[in-house]
Amino acid sequence: MSSKEPLFSAKNRKLITNPLNVQNPITIQVLGICSALAVTAKLEPAIVMSISVIFVVVFSNVIISLLRNTIPARIRIIVQLVIVAALVIVVDQILKAYAYEVSKQLSVFVGLIITNCIIMGRLEAFALGNKPWQSALDGVGNGAGYGIILIIVAFFRELFGSGTLTLPGLGTLHIVPQVFYDWGYANNGFMILPPMALITVGIIIWVQRSRNKDLVES
Amino acid sequence: MDKQGNLYTFLYASAMVIVVAAILAFVSETLNPIQSKNVEVAKKIDLLKSVGIESTAKTAEALYEQHIGSNTKVISMSGEEVEGKAFNIDLTKENRKAAEERKYPLYICTLDNGNEKLIIPLRGVGLWGPIWGYISLNEDKKTVFGATFDHKGETPGLGAEISKDFFEEPFKGKTIFDTSGTFTSIKVIKGGGAAGNEHAVDAITGGTITSKGVEDMLWNGLTGYKEYLKN
Amino acid sequence: MENLINIFVKSIFIDNMVFAYFLGMCSYLAVSKTVKTSFGLGVAVVFVLAITVPANYLLNKYVLEEGALSWLGERFADVNLSFLSFIMFIAVIASMVQLVEMIVEKFAPALYTSLGIFLPLIAVNCAILGGSLFMQEREYANLAEATTFGLGSGIGWLLAIVGIAAIREKLKYSDIPAPLRGLGITFIVTGLMAIGFMSFMGIQL
Repeated sequence: MSSKEPLFSAKNRKLITNPLNVQNPITIQVLGICSALAVTAKLEPAIVMSISVIFVVVFSNVIISLLRNTIPARIRIIVQLVIVAALVIVVDQILKAYAYEVSKQLSVFVGLIITNCIIMGRLEAFALGNKPWQSALDGVGNGAGYGIILIIVAFFRELFGSGTLTLPGLGTLHIVPQVFYDWGYANNGFMILPPMALITVGIIIWVQRSRNKDLVES
Repeated sequence: MDKQGNLYTFLYASAMVIVVAAILAFVSETLNPIQSKNVEVAKKIDLLKSVGIESTAKTAEALYEQHIGSNTKVISMSGEEVEGKAFNIDLTKENRKAAEERKYPLYICTLDNGNEKLIIPLRGVGLWGPIWGYISLNEDKKTVFGATFDHKGETPGLGAEISKDFFEEPFKGKTIFDTSGTFTSIKVIKGGGAAGNEHAVDAITGGTITSKGVEDMLWNGLTGYKEYLKN
Repeated sequence: MENLINIFVKSIFIDNMVFAYFLGMCSYLAVSKTVKTSFGLGVAVVFVLAITVPANYLLNKYVLEEGALSWLGERFADVNLSFLSFIMFIAVIASMVQLVEMIVEKFAPALYTSLGIFLPLIAVNCAILGGSLFMQEREYANLAEATTFGLGSGIGWLLAIVGIAAIREKLKYSDIPAPLRGLGITFIVTGLMAIGFMSFMGIQL
């Protein structure tokens, strides 16, 4: 890294902010949806999943970026897969030890972070050609861009589906007051079922693209 | 050294595998005790819940020691007591054996008022994957004192409801033997609870397969204890 | 046998990889613009799932699981390598895909030209790894069950991608609000298809 460029230059800041909106990995680049939606019936697993993905994408980006000049081209993909898989195993083991309840809810989806296209995509597209610090920022940005969608989807699904919000450390908060139920309000159980996750993402894309006409597909 | 050459590639791959394997083995070894502890605590919480004692990850250990502790048994299908440690028996593995060869764990829980309840662990399959539970019996060895169920991934709002109170509560007071002493288990059927049936509870609407899974689990699980409970 | 049919039907319709678990969504969305290509990819997925799930089943049963190494002798009976399962599964998948690609290229060039381009894409398809992870999670009792599950999941995925591709071909002529065009409407249509598939849930075998 050149010593003149500040750590958070305008260019570096863009690395973080772009993936949150106009370069969002989920709604614009269509990456990493696989594991994203199944864990969004409740807020807590979605938050834990986001943190896990940010952890994996940042560290794999930095490691690959550090190794980028030593990796033999022929086994490039395998090297990436091994590093990502190793990081995911570490995350899985830590969750099983310190967040047992959540790790049960996430079940196989922690393992599926390995095949999350965001991670492989960022390694190929960014970390192989950039310095560690930039790669780390890129990782934070893309991980957060993924996380933000996850958390929005989970927020609406849990709020309307169960009338609660489950936050790590705080437990389940009952958001919809009891009076509403007494007046005849009912939770929309449909929101918890898988199809509504897809439709919620569709609506998020709709809102995002209505506000930013440049993103509209022809 | 030629970075695209065979030797370099080979050495690189080997070094990577060794480093990664070492790190993973280290992580797994370090965290393993904490993980096993979590599994143990979760099991103790469930066991206590089946006799109506609520506990959390923090209090489960102490409450388990107080109420159950080492007061456990392992029995055979013929009702004899056999060697073994009940807490360490893996029901999944036992269920793969023939019924006569299985070891049946049994927990005896002493409540605050001195009453002793028998707790029987159960394991079966629901719609999506494994379901399990614990059922506790009164001193008469046939009336249900309490039951708790859990599942790995049943449909939320449908099959997943088996872990809710409204499903578990009606089990209380049902009997698993009829008046002539024949083993009946407890059926999980539509309208089962309403009819005043002593051997059935209500199934979950929309969760038919999971309800059937619970019924089969009760039948298969309790059959092995039949001889022991009759005495 | 009844059990196998049960697993087969369940993995196609009820446990559908796309509609119930959102697996393989990346390629599902990217390659579903025409029926022809999506059919090609779908067949490749069926093929690879039907091979990798049983392969990983054997790996899990005889190497990774707790006590799996006991066939090597008493000393190994306590070894538990299950923490390595992610990395081993993905390694098996990557090498199987490579192997299948080479075999198909050598012995069925015609198939290779139509299917070959999709094979490299598949190693990182979440549905493939997901298949192996679900197999491990659900504790299938024998090789036949695992194979049936792999095959069924693949067919379910094929069904989903061909279905959405057919709908998208027609959608091209529809007047959709501009911001919804492309990705947005695909998500919503997938959601509606998933609702349709939920009606299979009552199936009892």
